Amino acid sequence: MNKVIFIIALIALINSVNLSKEITVNPGESIKNAVSLADNGDRIIIKEGTYNESGILIDKNIELIGENYPVIDGLFNGDIIIIQSDSVTVKGFSIHNSGNRGLKDYAALRIENSACCNIISNKLNNNYFGIFLSNSSYCNVLQNEASSNAVTESSSGNGIHLWKCTNINVKNNTISGHRDGIYIEFSVNCQAESNSSFKNIRYGLHFMFSNNNVYENNVFSNNGAGVAVMYTKNVRMINNRFENNKGPNSYGLLLKEITDSYIERNTFSYNTVGIYCEGGTRLLIANNNLTGNGYALKILGNCTDDTIKANNFFANTFDVTTNSTFNNNLFTQNYWDKYNGYDLNKDGKGDVPFRPVSLFSKIVEETPESVFLLRSFVAELLDMAERVVPVFTPESLMDNEPEMKAINNELYTQYN
Amino acid sequence: MNTALKIFKYVLYDVLRSKMIIIYTLLLLIISFGIIFIGKDVTKAVLSLLNIVLLVVPLVSIIFGTIHFYSSREFMEMLLAMPVKRKNIFWAEYAGLSLALAAGFSVGTGLPLLIYGGISGAFQLIVSGVMLTFIFTALAFLSSVKNKDKARGIGLSLVIWFYLSVIFDALVLLLYYLFSSYPLEKATIIISGLNPVDLARMLILLQLDVSALMGYTGATLQKFFGSDYGMVFSVILLLFWAIVPTVLSLRIFNRKDF
Repeated sequence: MNKVIFIIALIALINSVNLSKEITVNPGESIKNAVSLADNGDRIIIKEGTYNESGILIDKNIELIGENYPVIDGLFNGDIIIIQSDSVTVKGFSIHNSGNRGLKDYAALRIENSACCNIISNKLNNNYFGIFLSNSSYCNVLQNEASSNAVTESSSGNGIHLWKCTNINVKNNTISGHRDGIYIEFSVNCQAESNSSFKNIRYGLHFMFSNNNVYENNVFSNNGAGVAVMYTKNVRMINNRFENNKGPNSYGLLLKEITDSYIERNTFSYNTVGIYCEGGTRLLIANNNLTGNGYALKILGNCTDDTIKANNFFANTFDVTTNSTFNNNLFTQNYWDKYNGYDLNKDGKGDVPFRPVSLFSKIVEETPESVFLLRSFVAELLDMAERVVPVFTPESLMDNEPEMKAINNELYTQYN
Repeated sequence: MNTALKIFKYVLYDVLRSKMIIIYTLLLLIISFGIIFIGKDVTKAVLSLLNIVLLVVPLVSIIFGTIHFYSSREFMEMLLAMPVKRKNIFWAEYAGLSLALAAGFSVGTGLPLLIYGGISGAFQLIVSGVMLTFIFTALAFLSSVKNKDKARGIGLSLVIWFYLSVIFDALVLLLYYLFSSYPLEKATIIISGLNPVDLARMLILLQLDVSALMGYTGATLQKFFGSDYGMVFSVILLLFWAIVPTVLSLRIFNRKDF
């Protein structure tokens, strides 16, 4: 008898798992209603159409699937979808017009205190915040497109916002027109991979107090101030592209108080400042291509024990500038297109060290107006004199083994 | 007008016969071809050409202009004995010489750039070079009509070139240092108008070093010179730099007792 009861209970259990309902929502019906009817493990299919709803609270582990991108229009009323349960999937929606007033950071998709959620292939348009994850873990944010029309920093939100999260995977998303494209704060073990973040009014990617994160294969272009990584340890920045971040306060990559991190195989092209490093310690900056930047690398005096190795410095106005007369970093085996030395023993390394800091860049650092004399005969004369006998520029800041030929960094990329 | 054209033809013939202009053109051709086609990258090539435009073109224009003026002095004196207006003689001389030099520069530098094609800043480079040719030929004439003595004339021309190419910029740098605690962004725009070489450099650099100029103070320069309005402003100023010395020397030439 006990056995029979056990078997019946087992069958019932299996049934309850397998026989999850599928609820279909047609235009004119309410998504909220469907969510309230659903049980754990159910799937809700939403047909193509427009649904004017907001504050859809999902507190059970269900799947919300849109067919042909149904539009959920929040009509500027607060959050649109709020997830407060583990293992929720939201896929294939077009979500518009979250609330944008008041003290609260309204979002199109908000995930709170949840784990293992999947946010896949949604099109977010004209929202305050796009996808807002707080205190969540092991979530996937994949293939979403978030665009907005931010005007000022104070009146706009971020595309993908991670706050106090762990193990979040942000992959293949496209973000534009927000304040920060991707903002990661107090989050650990997260990954941002193959995203494209452009035309955001502040940073393409913004990192604060977020240790052990990786970002690779992303493209950050035309953002107001580039990418900022601040107060963080153990970040790996690999194979990203930082492009066309131009302006008085614009950087390809802004590093502030970063320790033990890797910046490898990235491309920095046509930024006002390629890499700006303030308080960077034990960084490895290797195999990057720095092309056509105003200032390829600005490394301040409080940066110590950094290694700048095997990078290509190409067609930059200034290669390296610093505000200090001392150098606590190692420059070695880089390729400098301004190098004029020779290689008698044919080992591929120049026999004369190269000093990348020019006197004129120092003058521009002190009196910025003198950028007016850029490439004038006087400026070149000063540089020439300084190169022979360094007086004003840090004497030890030099590359003892400059490469004679550009390093093929693409070769490394292939292994990636 | 017809007489002016006739004289212009003779001047042009005279200039070309002196072979100086042909050597100048060939030299520019060799250098430009060398820089563009042998060098590894084109951006650097334009920067090297920039130095030629800013140093060599003014120097050749002003020295050759001065020498030409003194050597065709007898020809001019002969013409003055004829019923020809002084104005016509002067314009014919100026046009003949400056157009020949400008053509030499355009062929010497423009041809390699054109053959390579698609180089950013190439157009600005040629325009600036041609403008500088006109300006420095005008300055050469001014220094020539001012001095009867050939040695003094050439000396003055050299001083003008040296001042505009080197000393002026050094003085500006000194000024920036002395007044480093004042905002000098707007002053910089005025300063740039005081030197045609700097104006020409600005015009070209805006195509090449945009990233650097977008920086802190560069932004003001970029905003001004980068706009269409600023572009027109600098070209007009360059024209002004060519016209004023020419008109001045014409006035002196008109009253000069040969």
